[in-house]
Amino acid sequence: MTPIRKIHSRTVVLPSSNIDTDQIIPGRFLTTTTKQGLGKQLFADWRYDAEGRPKPDFVLNQPAAQGCEILVAGRNIGCGSSREHAPWALLDYGIRAVVSTEIADIFRNNSLKNGLLPVIVDETTHQWLIANPGAEVTVDLEACTITLPTGAAVNFPIDAFSRYCLMNGVDELGFLQSQEAAIAAYERSHA
Amino acid sequence: MTSPKTMFEKIWDRHVVVPETADTPAVLFIDLHLTHEVTSPQSFQLLRERGLKVRRPDLTLATMDHSTPTRTSQVFGGEPIAIESAANQVRQLEKNCAEFGVELFGLQDPRRGIVHIIGPELGLTQPGKTIVCGDSHTSTHGAFGALAFGIGSTEVGHVLATQCLLQRRPKTLAIEIANRLAPGVTAKDLILAIIGQIGVAGGTGHVIEYRGAAIRAMDMEARMTICNMSIEAGARAGMIAPDDTTFEYLSGRPRAPQGAAWNEALAAWRALPTDAGARFDASVDIDAATLEPMITYGTNPGMVVPISATIPARAGDPVFNKALAYMGLTAGEPIKDQPVNVVFLGSCTNGRISDLRAAADILRGHKVAKGVHLLIVPGSQQVRREAEKEGLDRIFIEAGADWRESGCSMCLGMNGDTVPKGEYAVSTSNRNFEGRQGVGARTLLASPLTAAASAIRGRVTDPRDVLNG
Repeated sequence: MTPIRKIHSRTVVLPSSNIDTDQIIPGRFLTTTTKQGLGKQLFADWRYDAEGRPKPDFVLNQPAAQGCEILVAGRNIGCGSSREHAPWALLDYGIRAVVSTEIADIFRNNSLKNGLLPVIVDETTHQWLIANPGAEVTVDLEACTITLPTGAAVNFPIDAFSRYCLMNGVDELGFLQSQEAAIAAYERSHA
Repeated sequence: MTSPKTMFEKIWDRHVVVPETADTPAVLFIDLHLTHEVTSPQSFQLLRERGLKVRRPDLTLATMDHSTPTRTSQVFGGEPIAIESAANQVRQLEKNCAEFGVELFGLQDPRRGIVHIIGPELGLTQPGKTIVCGDSHTSTHGAFGALAFGIGSTEVGHVLATQCLLQRRPKTLAIEIANRLAPGVTAKDLILAIIGQIGVAGGTGHVIEYRGAAIRAMDMEARMTICNMSIEAGARAGMIAPDDTTFEYLSGRPRAPQGAAWNEALAAWRALPTDAGARFDASVDIDAATLEPMITYGTNPGMVVPISATIPARAGDPVFNKALAYMGLTAGEPIKDQPVNVVFLGSCTNGRISDLRAAADILRGHKVAKGVHLLIVPGSQQVRREAEKEGLDRIFIEAGADWRESGCSMCLGMNGDTVPKGEYAVSTSNRNFEGRQGVGARTLLASPLTAAASAIRGRVTDPRDVLNG
């Protein structure tokens, strides 16, 4: 995993609340056996018409969205299915951080494990971001802040361990494996 | 004296391998890992890339359910699986399980079924266990007083490799359900009402414990329906304290403890329920007696109303109005009598034998309304056999239903069992998201009773109107 320190980008805004992981990547694409290449199916049913042509009114199909690495979503993104294909699709497309007032537990965990940064912000900051699509913002993982063009730097919460792993590009499996002695002892005492 | 603990705390504490600190999450031991074809290929690949083994194949069980066909000709008749990528996924699971020594209930295995149906059926799902699966409806197993939650594929890899997960301790939410459900009102209606009340993010960061008289009065299958949809309220897990109903269900099941081990287990299970005076982080009260059958009208399970109600209006809320536009429904209209094209009876929410019996009670002696496709998909092969033993399949077929082999099927349409674009489906499954049951499909979630009643009338029907008359 590539270490993350700062993400500086324009935002792309999807104001819908409760965007579920079925929208992020519909179930019919889950028959894949790899993580790669899911970006083209990201938001497939919102992004393409029945013939597979991009719908011009969908925000990701608009020129301003190209190259944006920060997705601002309406309240509570990532609910529903545990499919890790959702963060895989977002990352493969080029999104590196997702911002909302609430982020569903499993999607949040899955995102952290793949280097997609979940950024939970307060209501006021969220409303500003929703109202200002394309704003240039900086997410600073070291400082745990998101800085708006207004100069306001807003803190976001992130677990210390997840932050360490993301900043150093290390994955959690290595840490778990380093606990081998404790796991073996637990197994012996609970056999 | 130790301070009173919730059931969640007792199970959590017992499974902590390394306690959490400010810098690191807890290392939590997992007693049972269930896996299926959709969320595991990338996890086995991770093991392969790192040269790792499955640490505890004895605590791991694989089945195939999501992308598998439900037509008998494709399951048993040698006809190929129509979707090539689905067929490939099935083959990949067979290969992975053989390579890593994981027990697999393959396509033709009589024990195969939806992962959350077969765990309890086998007696593998037991009180006090930690249970995970790469599937959000793992919360189902909490009905036995287990701590059971869905994980992603990376975490599936972690459990395969180490039998442990890194977890921060979630908060607890008590949902106290007083009184009894009225006739014609089911566990499905109760959980839909709960989601309607607390919202689809109401349980985020929490483990729910369902408590109270209404829960105590329920059989295990109804309790599983309740816990199953905890995730639809945003909660990681839902739990119900084990009691004699639980123990009777488990007794004699093939993988439940037997003999002396059973008595030992029973003693431990009886100590699991939340102690008097234990504190929850939050609580909600519901009166079961006031509920009527519930049905969704929108594009998330929180958009739900009593079946006698009208579709709500929220002027000036573009997200709400977009959902109604997708559904092709109008605020202010009754939900009852809306025309129905498809009825789906099945899924890990309502694909158990009691669900099929409830539907059969309504369908017996009736015909499915003209133009309605009633698809009935048992949750497991065992449920299918039991239904056939009881003659429920005859009732279904005579009514004009399409009776299939087990699987997730039309709940998410991965296997090609889909609702056609623009059509209305009353479904006993768990998600009414846009496109969930097929591109452009319009899902109304309801109980098996409401689904069966709607199938024979061809429109959204209060099952009490049929039962009474």
